[in-house]
Amino acid sequence: MGSIAIQAEGLGKRYRLGSSAPYKTLRESLPGFFRGAARKVRALGSGRAHEESFWALRDVSFEVEHGDVVGVIGRNGAGKSTLLKILSRITLPTEGRALIYGRVGSLLEVGTGFHPELTGRENIFLNGAIMGMRKAEIVSKFDEIVAFAEVDKFVDTPVKHYSSGMYVRLAFAIAAHLEPEILIVDEVLAVGDLAFQQKCLGKMSEVSQEGRTILFVSHNMAVVEKLCQRAIVLQNGRIDFQGDAEEAIHHYMNKMVDANKAEGHTFDLSGATDRRSHVGRLLKRLDLYGTDDVPVIEGVRLGSGLKLKVHFDLPKPARSFDVGIGFESMFGQRIFTAHSLFEPDRPSGERVGPQVFVCEIPSFTLMPGLYTIKIWLDINHAEADLINYAARVNVLESDYYGSGKAPWNGAFVLKHNWYVEQPPQLEGEVARAASIGAKSGT
Amino acid sequence: MSTKTLSQIQVRSEPTTVVQPRKGLWDLELAHLWDYHELLFFLVWRDVKVRYKQTALGVAWAILQPLMATLIFSIFFGRLAKMPSDGIPYPVFAYVALVPWQYFANALTEASNSLVASQNLIKKVYFPRLIIPLGSVIAGLVDFCFAFIVLIGMMFHYGIKPSGSIFLFPVFLLLAVGTALAAGLWLSALNVQFRDVKHTIPFLIQFWFFATPIVYPSSIVPAKWRMWYGINPMAGVVEGFRYTVLGKAGRPGPMIWVSAAAVIVMLIGGVFYFRKMESTFADVV
Repeated sequence: MGSIAIQAEGLGKRYRLGSSAPYKTLRESLPGFFRGAARKVRALGSGRAHEESFWALRDVSFEVEHGDVVGVIGRNGAGKSTLLKILSRITLPTEGRALIYGRVGSLLEVGTGFHPELTGRENIFLNGAIMGMRKAEIVSKFDEIVAFAEVDKFVDTPVKHYSSGMYVRLAFAIAAHLEPEILIVDEVLAVGDLAFQQKCLGKMSEVSQEGRTILFVSHNMAVVEKLCQRAIVLQNGRIDFQGDAEEAIHHYMNKMVDANKAEGHTFDLSGATDRRSHVGRLLKRLDLYGTDDVPVIEGVRLGSGLKLKVHFDLPKPARSFDVGIGFESMFGQRIFTAHSLFEPDRPSGERVGPQVFVCEIPSFTLMPGLYTIKIWLDINHAEADLINYAARVNVLESDYYGSGKAPWNGAFVLKHNWYVEQPPQLEGEVARAASIGAKSGT
Repeated sequence: MSTKTLSQIQVRSEPTTVVQPRKGLWDLELAHLWDYHELLFFLVWRDVKVRYKQTALGVAWAILQPLMATLIFSIFFGRLAKMPSDGIPYPVFAYVALVPWQYFANALTEASNSLVASQNLIKKVYFPRLIIPLGSVIAGLVDFCFAFIVLIGMMFHYGIKPSGSIFLFPVFLLLAVGTALAAGLWLSALNVQFRDVKHTIPFLIQFWFFATPIVYPSSIVPAKWRMWYGINPMAGVVEGFRYTVLGKAGRPGPMIWVSAAAVIVMLIGGVFYFRKMESTFADVV
């Protein structure tokens, strides 16, 4: 193919600050109107305008060829959704333009426009029309949609009586049967049970193999890796990286952690943004040391020791507190969880103020590669502070088995031994060996 | 399967869509609306289907509303206040006005709230937003038809024959649709930004009701002002209904032209305002 499907040229979207507020009332906005007018007059004089605005997206240029499956990754607020909204024409760009060659179908959320009072059958037609299907198209695919959603018996029941699983399945089934040349997808895979998710993934790769163009936003790196050949990394509304999907993911994971000011082995957590702080920003710092308390600068060698020192604050005296550390692969898959709950000799007694909790792993046996570290603090068995992408650790190759061969393939290494045992002998030989034994025995 | 789809994908040299900031005020893209006529149909169909779901009386509400109003007006304005009714039995006089009025009031209310009510659609899918208020205005016509059937029954009862100009009545219906759409476009777009609109509408409709010759004939307005009375397009609609359907009231005269002109001005302004605000709906709603 090789022809262009989407060509974005310097796309930008500016939002006025405060327009994110749910809505305005006239009374609130009238003074603002006069202030705004006054500011405009002043801005004319000083040559400055639009002070209270920010660019959700800026200078975004890229090309997508027909048949490409392109992932869009970036942290929350990086501009991913804004980009998809512009490409699917829900909102207009402030500057730049995008040329789109082919019919676009967007799946920014499944089940858009479902009406609870209408039956499954009626909603298939309504939702299909909203998604841009022609009536004839819906009629011809109707049976397929019902079968895919597994709702045959309830097709004439109002969807308000559906279970949430059925509802989501029906919604996705309609979306999956759209046949646009360019499909724009946002995180739809986070729905339904595991079996249905697998089915959706299957459908997605089927669609991509049919040669259709897909632009796909997801936080699930494993899915991006699996489905996409190319990826675009957005950061603060700009393109940070674009190219091969695996390289892009690598770049992104590195960037995620870089945002937490890392100086060698010390990760400053006080400024970490991707966190849930129920009690407060209690987690302060994470230090990584190797065997013999050598700071981990370049990485930890496979099989050597790793010591994680977690610095945090206890605002109030607490008897029970726990720290969990999750090691995740580049694809967002949890490989290993260390948790202080597993420690048989846990410290007891009430503590308050700054604390240092050390987790010592005598032999770190995850395969060489980059891992991100998620860290969380529980106080009295309730989550108090949690940070995704708190730090990263690079595992370096080593001669773990002492054989001069670096291990390859797999997620981790395990000590294992090989030796030779006498093969079991054939019947005749057994008898002969027995008779020899019997003779020698006498 | 795959070969079928591959052949569907044509290599195009011209972009199907160009996404860019809106160029100029005149870029209305009204022709583009036709591409979405099926969606318009489905939205209307949904509104009609859902309107009387889970009500005990169902579609009877479409008739009950104007009938109850007629009953009350006949007692208070017809019997007690002895309001003139151009020689028409007062109940018919009021009901023939209430049929288009109820349509207008309901359509305007629905249309004004339509964008806010469809905000999850607006934030997730692209289509010309104009079809949302347009759908609300069209959906109201179903109720109108039911109420109109009752009007025919009432005329039989009072022995009133329709006038020779009955064929002009769709023109006045169109005028009512245009008025509801024009006001609905303005108010729905305003409502996206200022939820005050929602609270203003009941008051606005009440005010508009008394500014329209429903309980009284427009002949009580001094003759020299009557033409300008038509600036309220609903005055033209109601007089037009009385004239074409009942045939008893006098010819409305130049007032109709003023009403038609007022609707056209309001409608053109409404479309421009709506299109101007449209690009911000998804960001603001």
